[in-house]
Amino acid sequence: MNAITPINNAANFLRRAEGLSAPGWAVALRAAGRDALAARGMPTRRAEAFKYTDLAPVLNAGFVAPTGSRNVPPMPAQRGRARLVFVDGVLRGDLSTLPPRPLSDMAAVLGALTTPDTQPITALNASFAEDGLVLEIPAGEDAGLVELLSIVTDGAIAFHPRHIIRLGAGAKLALLDTAQGADGIAYLHNPVFEVSLAEGATLAHVRVQAEGRAAFHLSSVHAAIGAGATYDNFTLNAGGRIARNEIHAALNGAQGACHMNGAQLGTDGQVVDTTTVLHHAAPDCASRQTYKTVLKGRARGVFQGKIFVAQVAQRTDGYQMNQALLLSEDAEMDSKPQLEIYADDVKCSHGATVGALDAEQLFYLRARGIPADEARAMLVEAFLTEAVDGVANEECRAALDEAVRSWWAREA
Amino acid sequence: MLKIEGLTAEIDGKTILNGIDLELPTGEVHAIMGPNGSGKSTLSYVLSGREGYEVTGGSVTFNGIDILAMEPEERAATGLFLAFQYPVELPGVGNANFLRTALNAQRRARGEPEVDAMQFLKLARAKMKALNMPEDMLKRGVNVGFSGGEKKRNDVLQMALLEPKLAILDETDSGLDIDALKIVADGVNALRGPAFSALVITHYQRLLNYIVPDRVHVLMGGRITRSGGPELAHELEAQGYGQAAA
Ligand SMILES: Nc1ncnc2c1ncn2[C@@H]1O[C@H](COP(=O)(O)OP(=O)(O)OP(=O)(O)O)[C@@H](O)[C@H]1O
Ligand SMILES: [Mg+2]
Repeated sequence: MNAITPINNAANFLRRAEGLSAPGWAVALRAAGRDALAARGMPTRRAEAFKYTDLAPVLNAGFVAPTGSRNVPPMPAQRGRARLVFVDGVLRGDLSTLPPRPLSDMAAVLGALTTPDTQPITALNASFAEDGLVLEIPAGEDAGLVELLSIVTDGAIAFHPRHIIRLGAGAKLALLDTAQGADGIAYLHNPVFEVSLAEGATLAHVRVQAEGRAAFHLSSVHAAIGAGATYDNFTLNAGGRIARNEIHAALNGAQGACHMNGAQLGTDGQVVDTTTVLHHAAPDCASRQTYKTVLKGRARGVFQGKIFVAQVAQRTDGYQMNQALLLSEDAEMDSKPQLEIYADDVKCSHGATVGALDAEQLFYLRARGIPADEARAMLVEAFLTEAVDGVANEECRAALDEAVRSWWAREA
Repeated sequence: MLKIEGLTAEIDGKTILNGIDLELPTGEVHAIMGPNGSGKSTLSYVLSGREGYEVTGGSVTFNGIDILAMEPEERAATGLFLAFQYPVELPGVGNANFLRTALNAQRRARGEPEVDAMQFLKLARAKMKALNMPEDMLKRGVNVGFSGGEKKRNDVLQMALLEPKLAILDETDSGLDIDALKIVADGVNALRGPAFSALVITHYQRLLNYIVPDRVHVLMGGRITRSGGPELAHELEAQGYGQAAA
């Protein structure tokens, strides 16, 4: 061995993680996370999966643990029948209408869907994993709309909630997950979702990522989709300085469906990254992905979409489309679709486009009296339509439309 | 009154309009005819303010106001309307939303109260009925999947709703069937009156049987080479541009 040991780039995190005292349920999970970080550090841009997104600013930032603030910020009106609220990284039972359940209830399944060794963002969460949303919907029950809300008002905090959502056979749930924060604070929100859907269950998971402009948002969803079940994810990736959303989904039973749609809105100095990894591991499943990215100023957008079709996954019907609209010449979009197909009877297509606003369309609107800014907003909204239309739940759709409009109002 | 004097314009450094002089008094309808590529659409784009068309000389005033200094949306709010030779498709933009946004944007610019969704629907339904357009066109994307003739009719619907003071119709008759031609002409004639004027660009005398113009101008090589009464259209149809307009 060389005399100089390279400095682990996750050293800041490791040092803090090692100093934590862990409750019993967390001991193994956090140790696995720390081991992964200690062995490999966090990925640099030399790592294939992080070629386009540089995590260095996150690693160099230096965060503190949630400070136990008791702030009561103004909150958006509740849309669902119950919600769980985080403020400044602290789960707030007093502000929640959904009684929190401890992760210790889930000790038996905790981490079952993740492999921290190959999933650095998940490993980071594991090293610090804290209580999050724990929801178990019994078989056959329709649980309606539940909300998960995180608001950061203060402090360069890092928080790492672990959310476990399990639906029994035929159960139904819509989950609206909103993350917001004040501009100007460099905090890190690093949630991990473990989603497990039993036979015939349906989860509509709508995520509205509208963190503050200086924030970092590194999230990872792990979904195991049973036979005939449907996981329907829509992610609006609009806030933060560096925002990466990973989805690792597995279609494990026949005739399952996985829909992953999303919109990314990036502005000056921002990196918005969507990375999906989808395993077709059973026959007769369908997957649909439509991602739309709108970039302004010097924004960078990333879409990476991997689809594995296992040999058993005959009659897979897969579709992936990723389109970007660049509103400035300085904006940059990187996309990397990747298909690995080991079954022979498969319908799998993918496509990607990058373009600017159409001058003719813009003129048509303006010639009818619509001012240039409003006309551009209409065309951007139209561009997003195809992806956004996949959100069937009206409350979720309304929340989404509102977030898109306020982004535009702020950035235009 | 629309007054065009010595108007020259170029695209990508290429001169297309070579000194257009034209006066369109308020309340009148004039036709512009001319060979392919003579600059008719270019004139309509320059009048409505499309980017990429550089005015290199001359002036255009509408009721005494210099419109060349205005943005396209400002020109629209003052009452200028262009029915496009090739109406543009706007996938993802609902026709109803588009029409109401346009109407309210113009009303706002003029300091008039906006119309609400109910008022708008009532208005739009009445206009669509007059133009014999099926109501489901309101729900569709603007011009998306519309046939050529349907697109033209959709442009005329916009005109009927926006009630401009000056309409430029660029080959609105091309692609229309005989019945649609009459319906569209009725739509234009319904707006005719002492406060409305129109420039009707067409290749065919037939349209002018329905929209009878006060004057006919021939545009060739980027300038007006001849003007006359409605009978000039007949003469052109019989003899072609070579003889009649030289
Ligand atoms: N972007 C462009 N660059 C260069 N030349 C152009 C451009 N756009 C139009 N032209 C030229 O300008 C001339 C006038 O075109 P315009 O469309 O105004 O003709 P028009 O009279 O409307 O013809 P038509 O009867 O076929 O509709 C044509 O020769 C055309 O090729
Ligand atoms: Mg033309």
